Amino acid sequence: MRQPPEPVQVVKQRRDAALAALVGGVPYIRFLGIGFDRRGDELTALMPFDDKLIGDPRLPAIHGGATSAFLEVTAIIELSWSILWEEMESGRLDPATLDPQNLPRLPRTIDFTVDYLRSGLPRDAYARARITRSGRRYASVQAEAWQDNRARPFAQAIGHFLMPGPDG
Amino acid sequence: MSTETTSDPGAFIAALPHARALGMRLDRLEPGTAEISMGYAPELVGDPATGVIHGGAVSALMDTCCGAAVMSLPEAAGTATIDLRIDYMRPATPGQRVRAEAQCYHVTRHVVFVRATARDDDAARPVATATGAFTIERAAHR
Repeated sequence: MRQPPEPVQVVKQRRDAALAALVGGVPYIRFLGIGFDRRGDELTALMPFDDKLIGDPRLPAIHGGATSAFLEVTAIIELSWSILWEEMESGRLDPATLDPQNLPRLPRTIDFTVDYLRSGLPRDAYARARITRSGRRYASVQAEAWQDNRARPFAQAIGHFLMPGPDG
Repeated sequence: MSTETTSDPGAFIAALPHARALGMRLDRLEPGTAEISMGYAPELVGDPATGVIHGGAVSALMDTCCGAAVMSLPEAAGTATIDLRIDYMRPATPGQRVRAEAQCYHVTRHVVFVRATARDDDAARPVATATGAFTIERAAHR
């Protein structure tokens, strides 16, 4: 006999709790004010505009370093989330045991290249990442950030990551 | 960024709200070279399990330092990052200051090519290196 499917609230609650534990535990993500919106396994990062993100006050424009950090955070969370999702959905990991001090090991950035396409306006910014290759040891991730207009990204990035192994 | 800032090292960082928020300090500025450092702070941590600062904070330091190196050129009136690649060699040791040094190694009419290295107290083993291309906006009357 097939088991009845889990109630939708239980599934949502479990996934949201796992995402909150993953994101909420990182002080630098909190410092930049970055949050994540989840639709199924798809994540969209959002970085609300704040004065402390300004690089050039004359324009004003978002600092290239804040843009770069936003894209890197988006890429790392996307990669970590894909690992966590597998573990969670297969039942190997109980999200209730997750807390900031007790997270799965995070992937480490090997290199990260950012293309600054246009200046970041004093508005909220959004980003999504796509894992183009995920191997046992290495992963390649692309990320793109936009503001008012999805079709006009203001920055894009590509990064390589070292995957966390069982040996750390 | 503006040309005035190059004559007053303190004002350079003060004029960049994000650099100020990250606690950056301009340590040295010569034509084509800049040194900027950033103290360890709990809000910069990227991995709560180890206390290592986030790569994004290191990129912000590298980007600022490279931009400062471009602005230190006598003919520069403005700059913007075209692209920047960061190679992360090793995690910065928690609790230590990270110092970045950037050099403009080739300057053309519209583009400046910049390299930078970031180090902690173990200066022989860099934490990260960066290479980037920056725009240069030239002062009209020089």
